[in-house]
Amino acid sequence: MEPEAALDRRLPLLSQKTLLLGMRILYERLVTLAFVLIALLISALPLQAASFEDALTGFTADSFNDTAQAIAAVTESGDPLAIQVLGALEEARLMFSAAAQKVYFKDKTDKLFDAATGVALATAPSDLNPVRLNNRLRGLLGTALGTLTLMAPNASKRMDAAQSVFKSRNASTLPALDKALAQEKDADVKEAMLEARAAIILNITDATPDEKIAAIAALAERGDNDAMVMLRGLPADAPANVKQAAAAAVNSIQSRLAIWGNIQNLWYGLSLASVLLLAAIGLAITFGVMGVINMAHGEMVMLGAYTTFVIQEFFRSYFPGATDYALIVATPAAFLVAGAFGVAIERGIIRHLYGRPLETLLATWGLSLILQQLVRTVFGPTNRDVGAPSWMSGAFQVGQMSITYNRLWIIVFSMVVFAALLALLRYTSFGLEMRAVTQNRAMASAMGIRTGRVDALTFGLGSGIAGIAGVALAHIDNVSPNLGKAYIIDSFMVVVFGGVGNLWGTLVGALTLGVANKFLEPFAGAVLGKIVILVLIILFIQKRPRGLFALKGRSVEA
Amino acid sequence: MTSLRKLALAGAIGLSSLCASAMVQAQTIKVGILHSLSGTMAISETTLKDVMLMLIEDQNKKGGLLGKKLEAVVVDPASDWPLFAEKARQLIAQDKVSVVFGCWTSVSRKSVLPVFKELNSVLFYPVQYEGEESEKNVFYTGAAPNQQAIPAVDYLMSKDGGEVKRWVLEGTDYVYPRTTNKILEAYLKAKGVKDEDILVNYTPFGFSDWQTQVSAIKKFGSAGKKTAVVSTVNGDANVPFYKELGNQGIKATDIPVVAFSVGEEELAGLDAKPLVGHLAAWNYFQSIKNPANEAFIKEWQAFTKNPKRTTNDPMEAHVIGFKMWVKAVEKAGTVDSDKVIAALPGIEVPNLTGGTSVMLANHHITKPVFIGEIKADGQFDIVWKTSGLVPGDAWSDFLPESKPLEADWVKLNCGNYNTVTKKCGGS
Repeated sequence: MEPEAALDRRLPLLSQKTLLLGMRILYERLVTLAFVLIALLISALPLQAASFEDALTGFTADSFNDTAQAIAAVTESGDPLAIQVLGALEEARLMFSAAAQKVYFKDKTDKLFDAATGVALATAPSDLNPVRLNNRLRGLLGTALGTLTLMAPNASKRMDAAQSVFKSRNASTLPALDKALAQEKDADVKEAMLEARAAIILNITDATPDEKIAAIAALAERGDNDAMVMLRGLPADAPANVKQAAAAAVNSIQSRLAIWGNIQNLWYGLSLASVLLLAAIGLAITFGVMGVINMAHGEMVMLGAYTTFVIQEFFRSYFPGATDYALIVATPAAFLVAGAFGVAIERGIIRHLYGRPLETLLATWGLSLILQQLVRTVFGPTNRDVGAPSWMSGAFQVGQMSITYNRLWIIVFSMVVFAALLALLRYTSFGLEMRAVTQNRAMASAMGIRTGRVDALTFGLGSGIAGIAGVALAHIDNVSPNLGKAYIIDSFMVVVFGGVGNLWGTLVGALTLGVANKFLEPFAGAVLGKIVILVLIILFIQKRPRGLFALKGRSVEA
Repeated sequence: MTSLRKLALAGAIGLSSLCASAMVQAQTIKVGILHSLSGTMAISETTLKDVMLMLIEDQNKKGGLLGKKLEAVVVDPASDWPLFAEKARQLIAQDKVSVVFGCWTSVSRKSVLPVFKELNSVLFYPVQYEGEESEKNVFYTGAAPNQQAIPAVDYLMSKDGGEVKRWVLEGTDYVYPRTTNKILEAYLKAKGVKDEDILVNYTPFGFSDWQTQVSAIKKFGSAGKKTAVVSTVNGDANVPFYKELGNQGIKATDIPVVAFSVGEEELAGLDAKPLVGHLAAWNYFQSIKNPANEAFIKEWQAFTKNPKRTTNDPMEAHVIGFKMWVKAVEKAGTVDSDKVIAALPGIEVPNLTGGTSVMLANHHITKPVFIGEIKADGQFDIVWKTSGLVPGDAWSDFLPESKPLEADWVKLNCGNYNTVTKKCGGS
């Protein structure tokens, strides 16, 4: 059969099918049909409907090698259903029946279609199994779909396609890429396509030196590691001026990457600092302001994390649509739960131990073990899953550095908590009473302040803020009974380093430790980096026993 | 007079009840369970305690062992390594258990070894470990490095695994990852991988800020050669590690991560969607289709009254170990340690993946090796398996110091026989 004849035969068939499938699919089909027409005209491949069906049977063998061949064959067939079939395969919606030797795909609503004809099926065969993929096949599939979807109506699809072409650098995609480039309107997608084109040009032998130099410029513009590797991999027999351009480009990329590396370390340091600040700021109140060594502080963080989990589960079961907003409820709830525990601990235990730091330390240490086991008994020993809301997952690119949303939000969150706490201490009457009691208990009492009540509330406030820290930590760490243990040492370190009794000291302490840690880690490794930090702090405390920002005046001696 | 009679009567009653209790005692065989139920390791070990209770209950339903009922003695070593030794002593000396199933971390196993040697009892150890050990009193039902790490690397080097050329060995900083990575490094170099294509990195236990490490992996992986991460990251640190991988957009198609300590249980604690395609190497997966496995999963979910409860590899190791012990006791006709230890090598029991595992003379067992890809629902899709069962090798052939060593408790009666010097007793 001639290609034209094949098309003639299929056109009426297609319109019949599209009627059956409805308007949405009609639109998609027309676009793909247009693309297939162009593809057929360009490459004039002698392909027929039968070969598409043959290609599909490769999926029924349940063997990775056959599937790989089937992917290649389906891509080459140029059949209008190819994109749908491959798309379904990528999302594990492609099914096969080994008995019938037939392949089917499901749409997003779980409706079953015959992959060869695109006709909807009323009854599903009994031995339906999904076509399995492994990483090699996923890579092949990405390349295949990249070529096919370069002209997809959806811009983000075209972007993915351009990126997968960039990765595969397959010279055979060049004609399709040029065609797509000519039509592309979206600036970002166009840039990605130009980069993909440059990557291909750099590798093919029949490009002129001028074309290659232009390609090198485009890759230098991209400026990341991938581009550098491509430029370095230039064949040895390239003309001298091309080689020179590539070497210059590699140099400029290298120096830029080094700067970005430092910016990235700084960002990671800030992010670690925000976590340290959140964990330590509650301790800055209970230990820094009240002078209570509370070893159960980490468990308050853990209680906050579990509260987040419970609230999220509640939302999942009762308002599944609003899970993204569970955090808004979880934050005050965690504050209240941990704060209530804090007040109870202060009234029940710590009140009787003021002025006896050693006993306080032991009692709160025992308490931390009790709380851990309590949570373990109630929630079980396994980790709990706190999912990130959609606005907290993923990352975006700034220059050569990717910033993850969850870290960004945690930095913002810690700043808000810090500012709120500062305002509370400075501008509310409770803050005033609190400062009065810590500075001179006897005098405050004489002025009519109920010091016992202020003590309990202050401890509750510190614990409540630890609970809020738990909300944030639940998103980056394990929600397990041991969550708090990991943070207690770091928290004490931050507070002691920053200067006991000073919130600004805690902020500066957290920032210093976080940034120093992240700049040390790439050279020294995580284990040695931590040791170096500890040694530095010990040396620092020898020199300045009261930390960075020591409180002055009478209250220190009290 | 009456008071004297009363006293005699009381004495008689007391005596008879004592006898009765002694008789009850003689009618049960005690099985010690030494798993942490609190502390860091409770997350993993509690499950193993439960599976042991289920197996013992099961055996009792079948009529017990040697005509006696089995009785579980559970202790909690609380993730505290020295406490493991104390509790082991208590189980053997005080509770008079016939066998102990327990330990997870290598350091806990090392801590109980002297106790088992001194009191001559039997320990079944169910977790994959670094090898380089074979003790008379210990039976290793988990994987040795050649039953997990080496096949996983072989898979990644194969065409289906992506023909990996560059390797990141990422681990938690303690004995298991360090030894395993040492073996892997030697193995990779023997396969022609260059020094600059191997990146080894360690992080502390419970590490949670993975940003630097993950971006280092990303950078290492963008050198134009196919890169994979071999992860011996253990315990809690895995969750933030995978979360960071997902967040920084490292997909399995770009840089696959193959893990030796991440199973169904660990994945139940996080959203597996960003992890699809990352790999794990084990000797058992819950998703393996097999009547024996399906029956086991059903029984386990009924026992825990949780229809979503997952099963994992160390659980299967306990199932195999328990069945082997039962068979050995039946064969020996007694629970006497020496006789059971002598009876165990050669015992064959069906495992849950359709094969038959054998206890070898080096106290390790034969196991199949599977590579699974993480699916969105937290289960694994088996993408590769060894054609047969792999015998566990106590002393790695890839380390120069352990290459000449051999463990054979049947013919040589030695756990570290040096084939060069022809002497028992190390390198």
